[in-house]
Amino acid sequence: MTSIGTGYDLSNSVFSPDGRNFQVEYATKAVENGGTAIGIRCKDGVVLALEKLITSKLLKPGANKRISTVDRNIGVVSSGLLPDGRHFVSRARDEAASWRSTYKAPIPTTALANRMGSYVQAYTLYSSVRPFGVTAIIGGWDSEAELPVDGEVGSGPSVGAGGKKEDGKRGGPFLYMIEPSGSYWGYYGAATGKGRQAAKSELEKLNLSAGELSLYDGVKEAARIIHVAHDDNKDKEFELEMTWVSSLDGPTKGRHEEVPKELLEEAERLAKKALEGDDEDEEEEKMEE
Amino acid sequence: MNHFPQAWGRPRDDIYGAYDHSHFQTHGPGGPNQHTQRPIVTGTSVVAAKFKDGVVIAADNLASYGSLARFTDVKRLRKFNDQVVVGFGGDVSDMQYLNRILNSLDIRENYSNPENPLNAKNLHTYLSKVMYKRRSDFDPLWNHLLIAGLDGESKPFLASADLLGTTFSSPTLATGFGAHLAQPILRKTIPDEASVANVSEEEAVKLVKECMKVLFYRDARSMDRYSIAVIKSEGVDLKEDEKLENQSWAFAEQIRGYGTQVN
Repeated sequence: MTSIGTGYDLSNSVFSPDGRNFQVEYATKAVENGGTAIGIRCKDGVVLALEKLITSKLLKPGANKRISTVDRNIGVVSSGLLPDGRHFVSRARDEAASWRSTYKAPIPTTALANRMGSYVQAYTLYSSVRPFGVTAIIGGWDSEAELPVDGEVGSGPSVGAGGKKEDGKRGGPFLYMIEPSGSYWGYYGAATGKGRQAAKSELEKLNLSAGELSLYDGVKEAARIIHVAHDDNKDKEFELEMTWVSSLDGPTKGRHEEVPKELLEEAERLAKKALEGDDEDEEEEKMEE
Repeated sequence: MNHFPQAWGRPRDDIYGAYDHSHFQTHGPGGPNQHTQRPIVTGTSVVAAKFKDGVVIAADNLASYGSLARFTDVKRLRKFNDQVVVGFGGDVSDMQYLNRILNSLDIRENYSNPENPLNAKNLHTYLSKVMYKRRSDFDPLWNHLLIAGLDGESKPFLASADLLGTTFSSPTLATGFGAHLAQPILRKTIPDEASVANVSEEEAVKLVKECMKVLFYRDARSMDRYSIAVIKSEGVDLKEDEKLENQSWAFAEQIRGYGTQVN
């Protein structure tokens, strides 16, 4: 790094002469060492998956969940510094609660991404703080049905003025990724952490922009991609953590939940099988040579 | 110095002239705190009864503004989750406030403990503390609540909490006018906890519907459209647009002492 020693990387909120904020770039480096996290936007829901590296054999398997729920319909997974991720989630929950107390309705996923983007960005502005050491993926399903206002008791007049227009589509699946700089984009498929390059190239193969992938297939693909992105030789063992949120008539009824144990095991079995298949192909190729 | 606390600490009238009372705030900071003194838009009775594997609860769909039947599609039974329903009597805006509190409670509870949702017993404890706190602040939530559902052992649970924070539990409960008119009818079939085991769901539903009918006959703040919920271990069956059936107003002929006819 040529910047080291120039002094411009020591304080947050200070630009280098060529217009970079090094503290933010270093925060991005912290993310690049975290376990791989991905999100897939399917046609009838969103899947979030995480490669949870096992740091000690003394940790209870399946405990210490890392993918969190915000409100009822949004999930957050992050890669990078764990405590920063938890603080991010805590703030996201506060934002969701504050939205509800103002508007008496759940926060739309896009509004949450916007608010969290602003929050993360604020941590690049002051010398008294450091940027977030996480890249967070926010996935949610905004209700496609017309929701009652929180606490609403009646439906209003059934005849006369005051009726609502039945307009077109509303709600649906949403997926955003927020970086340490505070910039965020909406994605069809998002990946961050150590194995993001491999994961991204796998995600691109899925042709997600067509909007054809079903949620169940998304779960299986997510499990496979986490396995592909994991580097067996270099890394320790890992646990696959996976959550999903479906449409109102789907398996989670619009709620963000853990993928059921049976489905998770099935997806993981298929993922391992697919990987072994790949290995065999490679061996066969070698044999032919 | 005089005996009017309002004037204490203010410039003396004999020197500076009379105080301009347009500066005296009666609202917001500086003014007196104002608390709920009476309910405004109200719901009437809530009726509930336990049966051998669950609880039935019912309330009509009317919100009255004094004696005016102001809103006729008001849902006063609120499903909290798959094992709890709360029935609200009393002030409707306080009911909406409580409803939002319960909503945020459910969201927060799901963050920390998605596997074990709150049961009816938990919720009754929580709500009774909310009610008691508010009455201790001299700012009560003007409601009488029935919490119906299943307790931690999946047994039927029914209890009440009122605007004073008083709690009470019984195999049958009714609030408001229902406490006078429906409770004796309910007790005829279900006199004590032991008799709950002999009551089937059909009997309990029939009993509660009968009570709703009697209440409609005699309570001038009631309506013939009502909501009824059955809570069992399989979940909640909530119907919000039921109509009273088989009404018979024959008894009205016997009533003496009203209007122009004196005896």
